[in-house]
Amino acid sequence: MATAPRKSIETDAVGLALAHDSAALHAQGTAVYVDDMREPDGLLHVYPGYAAEGTRGKVTALDLEAVRKYPGVVAVLTAKDIPGANDCSPTDHGGDPVFADGRIEFHGQVVFAVVAETRDAARHAARLVKIEIAIEKPAVTVDDAVAMNIEDVLAPYEFTRRDVKTVLSSSLHRISETFLIGGQEHFYLEGQVAMAVPEENGAMTVYSSTQHPSEVQHLIARMLNISHAMVTCECRRMGGAFGGKESQAAQWAALAALTARVTGRPAKCRLDRDEDMIMTGKRHDFRVNYDAGFDRSGRLTAVDVEFLSRCGYSADLSGPVNDRTMFHADNAYFYPATSIRSRRLKTHTVSNTAFRGFGGPQGMVFSERMMDAIAVKLALDPLDVRKRNLYTMGRDVTPYGMKVEDNIALEIIEQLETSSNYRARRESVAAFNAKNTLLRKGLALTPVKFGISFTLTHLNQAGALVHAYTDGSVHVNHGGTEMGQGLYIKVAQVVAGEFGLTADRVRITATTTGKVPNTSATAASSGADLNGMAAKAAAGTVKSRLVAFIAQQWKMPKSRIRFVGGQVIIGNQNMSFGELVKKAHEARISLSSTGFYATPKVAWDRDKGKGRPFFYFAYGAACSEVTIDTFTGEMRVDRVDILHDVGRSLNPAMDMGQIEGGFVQGMGWLTNEELVFDGQGGLRTHAPSTYKIPTAADVPADFRVKIFESSGNRENTIYRSKAVGEPPLMLAISVWSAIFNAVASLNPGKIPPLDAPATAEAILRAVKAVQS
Amino acid sequence: MVDAAIASCSGAAIDKWANDATKAASQLGALDDVSDVFIGDATSFVGVPSNAETLLSLAADHPDATIVAGATDVGLWITKQLRNLPNIIHVSKVKALHEIEDTEDHLSLGAAVTYAEAESHLAKIDPDVGEVLRRLGAKQVRATGTIGGNIANGSPIGDMPPMLIALGATLHLRHGETTRHMPLESFFLAYAKQDRKPGELVWRIDIPKLKADETFRAYKISKRFDQDISAVMAAFKFTLDGRRIVFPRIAFGGMAATPKRAVQTEAALAGLSLDAASSWSGAIAALTEDYEPITDMRATAAYRLDVAQSLLRKALIEIAGAEPGETRLVGARGKTA
Repeated sequence: MATAPRKSIETDAVGLALAHDSAALHAQGTAVYVDDMREPDGLLHVYPGYAAEGTRGKVTALDLEAVRKYPGVVAVLTAKDIPGANDCSPTDHGGDPVFADGRIEFHGQVVFAVVAETRDAARHAARLVKIEIAIEKPAVTVDDAVAMNIEDVLAPYEFTRRDVKTVLSSSLHRISETFLIGGQEHFYLEGQVAMAVPEENGAMTVYSSTQHPSEVQHLIARMLNISHAMVTCECRRMGGAFGGKESQAAQWAALAALTARVTGRPAKCRLDRDEDMIMTGKRHDFRVNYDAGFDRSGRLTAVDVEFLSRCGYSADLSGPVNDRTMFHADNAYFYPATSIRSRRLKTHTVSNTAFRGFGGPQGMVFSERMMDAIAVKLALDPLDVRKRNLYTMGRDVTPYGMKVEDNIALEIIEQLETSSNYRARRESVAAFNAKNTLLRKGLALTPVKFGISFTLTHLNQAGALVHAYTDGSVHVNHGGTEMGQGLYIKVAQVVAGEFGLTADRVRITATTTGKVPNTSATAASSGADLNGMAAKAAAGTVKSRLVAFIAQQWKMPKSRIRFVGGQVIIGNQNMSFGELVKKAHEARISLSSTGFYATPKVAWDRDKGKGRPFFYFAYGAACSEVTIDTFTGEMRVDRVDILHDVGRSLNPAMDMGQIEGGFVQGMGWLTNEELVFDGQGGLRTHAPSTYKIPTAADVPADFRVKIFESSGNRENTIYRSKAVGEPPLMLAISVWSAIFNAVASLNPGKIPPLDAPATAEAILRAVKAVQS
Repeated sequence: MVDAAIASCSGAAIDKWANDATKAASQLGALDDVSDVFIGDATSFVGVPSNAETLLSLAADHPDATIVAGATDVGLWITKQLRNLPNIIHVSKVKALHEIEDTEDHLSLGAAVTYAEAESHLAKIDPDVGEVLRRLGAKQVRATGTIGGNIANGSPIGDMPPMLIALGATLHLRHGETTRHMPLESFFLAYAKQDRKPGELVWRIDIPKLKADETFRAYKISKRFDQDISAVMAAFKFTLDGRRIVFPRIAFGGMAATPKRAVQTEAALAGLSLDAASSWSGAIAALTEDYEPITDMRATAAYRLDVAQSLLRKALIEIAGAEPGETRLVGARGKTA
C-alpha cells in the first residue's frame, strides 16, 4: 500500500517519499558493487579452502602439493603467511582466526587460501587439497553441547526481579514449556566480496562489502602489522547485508589484503553462494525453557525463562546478540517477578552472528508464545491476554530497570484491532473452523516494542563530513553504509533540509575510513539516527558560518536570514544558495566541516544489569490470518494488516520498504527457512535449492501496511523520526502466532508444541500432538 | 512498495527489449540455419546438431558424452561441482525433439520440449498437472528445462515423473536406427541408474489422456509453494466403475530412490468403494509396504510416510466428495462451490 508523498513542515527535502538515490542505477544494472568495479591491472583472485570431511579435530596432515601445481596458481596461503595477528574477531574475545592453525572447530573452517590468475583456477585448485583431521565428536546442537558438557563460549547472564520461584509457587495458574527457535541464513543478494589494492610504502586500500569499514580497517592493520593510518577501507554499497556483513565480511577482506601484501598485486576474494552459506554465521537458534505464573484473567505474576543459544565455535557477536534476546524477552509486557537467563553455548558449527533484530526477535518469539499458551490454557482471546499484560502506568519498569516512558503499544494495538476488523474476523475464523475439518484458520494480533541504541553504549556515536561547492552543490560523507535500506537518501534529505535545498543537490559518495574515522557498524537500526544527526551537525556548522558571513556583509540580523527553496532570503533580498557560497568563498570562509553526534541519555551498567540501554523504543503491531492443512501441515498466509511506528518519517517510501521487507524476511524465518545440519555438523542447506527464502508469491495476497500517524518521537531524534531497519521483522511473529492459533483450534485447552520455523513438517507435528 | 512493483510489472512492457523484440527474434531465427555445429575434436567437444540423424550418430559414437537439453541440472555440475565435462552433446536444436502432438486421446512430447512449451497442453489433461507446472521453477527455468531431461536425469524428486507414471505414460528411446519403448516406471532402475543404454537417447513421451471413467489427482509437498523441489510428490489415477475403484495407478516421488509406483497399495485399493471411507485404511497403510523413504534436508522419513498416507486419503476424500469444506491451500481445485 503506497503512502502519498507528504511534505514536511520543516524543509523541501525531509519527510518526502523520495525514491532511493540509486533506484535508477539498480534498475539499469549500473550501480557499482565491489565485483562490478573495473579490475586493476594484474588483479589476482584468492579463494578459501577447507576440509571436505571433518568438523572438529586436529589437522594431522595438510598436503597442498596438487593445489600448488594447478595451472594458474600463484601462491597458497596459510596461517604462516600472516605477518601480524591471525585473527578477525569483532570483539576483544578473539577466537576467530583468519586461517585455522592446527585444528578445526567447524565444517567449512578456512585452513588455507589459493591465489590464482583467475577465480575459476583458484576455486578448482582449492578442492585438490588433502587434509586429514583426527576427528573428535562434534557438538552440533544446543542439546549436544549441554549433553557433552562443552564449555560455553561466554559466561551466562541474568536479569532478575523479586524471587521468581516463590511467586511462581504461589501463582494460581502455571505453564511450563520447552520449544525451539530456528536460525536464519542472511541470503543477501550480493555475496561476500572484497578487493584489496596495495599502495606505496606498504599501505593498503580495501574495497569491501561491509557494514563496518572501520573494523575491517583495524583488523587488516593488525593482521599486516601496520598502523590504522596505512589502511583505508571503502564501501559504496552492499547488495543486502542484514547483519551478515557486520563482523563476518572481515575474513574475506583479510584474505584479499593478505594476498595483496604477499604478492604485491591487487587481489579479489568473492565467495560462491554455497561456500558463503557454509563459511559464514547465521541468526542464533535457541532452545527456550520457561515457566510462567498468571492469574485467572491471564495477567502474568512471574516469568522464569532460560535461553540456550547456539553460538557456534567462537564468541563473534554472541555476547551482545544474546543480551538483546534478554532485553526483548519482555516484548511489550510487564513481568512483575522474573528471572531471565541466557546461556551462550559453544557448538562445532559456524560462528553465529548479527542478523536483523540481533537476538531481539528470539526473545520476542518467546514472549508471544507465552501469551498464546496462556490464552489456550484459560480459553481467552489471545489479544485480551496481550492487552492485560502491556506495560502501563505503575507497571512500566523493564526487567533491566529501564522505565518505559514512550509507550504507545496499546494505542497502536487498538487502532489496528479496529482497522483490521479483528473481532469480527475472530468470529468468522471460528465459523470457518466449525465447518472445516481438513483446513483450519488462525488469527493473531501481536505487538512489537524494540529498543533503539547499541547496548554497548560507546558505539552510539557518529561522524560526518560536509562540503559546499561554489556552484551550490553539496558533497557529504558519513560513517554509515548503504545496504539498500536508503540511508544515503535519508542523510541527503537531512543535509538538503539544512541548506534549504532539494535532495538532488546533495551527493553522498562511498563510505570510507579516510573521510570519517572510527565509525560504528551500520547496525542496530541506528544508521539514520546517528549519521543523520552527525550530517546535520556538519551542515549546521557550514550554515552557521554562512549566516555569520551574511550578517556581517549585509548588516542583517540572523533572524531575517532564511535558507529555503534553493534560495537564501536576506531580509527582503534573495540570492541562490550557489551565489552565496561563491561569495563566501571569495570572502575566504571555510565551506567544509565535520559533524559529530553522540546519543544522549543512554547509560548501561552490564555488571549491575541496570540502566538505560535504549534511547527510545520503536513500536508496531501486525494482525495475520493463516490457513493450515491438517493433513499435510502446509500453510498459507491469507491476510496481513500492519501498523508501524516510525515517529515522523524522514522518507515514507524508504520506511515502507523497510516495513514490508522486514515483515517478509521475518515471515521467512518463522515459516519456510530451515537450516539443517547433519549429525556431523555439516550444513545440508547451503544453496537456494534447499534453503527456501520467501518468493514474491509468498508475500500475502492481501497485505495492508500503514505507517502510524505520529506526532513524532518523544525523544529528540533526527526530525523526531524513529529507526526502522530491524523492528518490522518482528511483526512477522503474528504469522507464527496465527499458525499456533489454527493448530490450537483443533483441541481447545491443549497447548500445541509448535516449534519455529513452522515448516509444514513442524505444523503437522503440532497438529498430531494436539489431536492425540 | 509491493503495490508499486506489481503495478510497474503489469501491462505491456515499453522498453528497449520490447521495442527490439521483432528484430531480435529475426536475428535469433537467422542463427537457426539447420546446420550441425561441432566444436572441438573427438577427445573434447561440444556438439550442437540440428539434424536428428547427426544427433543419433554423434550420441552413438560418443556414448560417454554428457547429453544436455535445458542444462538446469548439468549447469550446476559445472558451476557448483566444478566437474570437467569433456564431451557435451546439446539436443535442443533438433526440431523433431520439440514436436508436440496433442490429440483427443493422447499427448506426445518430444524429449526437448520445455516445460513452458508443454505447460498449456499438460494442463489440459488435468488442472492438477497445470498447478504443479505453475509451481515448478521460475519462468526462466520452465523456459529452458525439458520434460525429457527431467526423465533422463532420473532424479528421485522430479515433479513430472510421478504424474506421468500415474497417467500411464510410455517412454520412447532411440539408439541410431533402433527404437524401443517402455512404460515410464520401468525406465527408473535404481538411484541415478536408468534403463538407458550407452549412446541411447530419450526421444519421446506418449501420455494417454484421461478417459471418461478416469479421475486424476496430484499433490506437491515442499517447504515453499513455488520454486521448490518436492519433499513428496504424489499422483493418483483411478479408473472408476460408478463409485467403485477398479484400477488405481499411484506413483510417488521423494519416497524412494526413484519415482516409483505403489504396487501393493494399488492392489489393496482395487475394488474399494468411494462411499466406504472406513475400508480405505488398509490400502492407506499399505503405503508403508511400498515405500521406505529417507530423512534428508527436505523432510524426515516419518513425515514423508505420514504425508504420503494423508495425500492418498485426501485424494480419496476429494474424489468421493466426502468433505463439505475446502481441501487445499493452493490451486483452483479443492475450493468449495
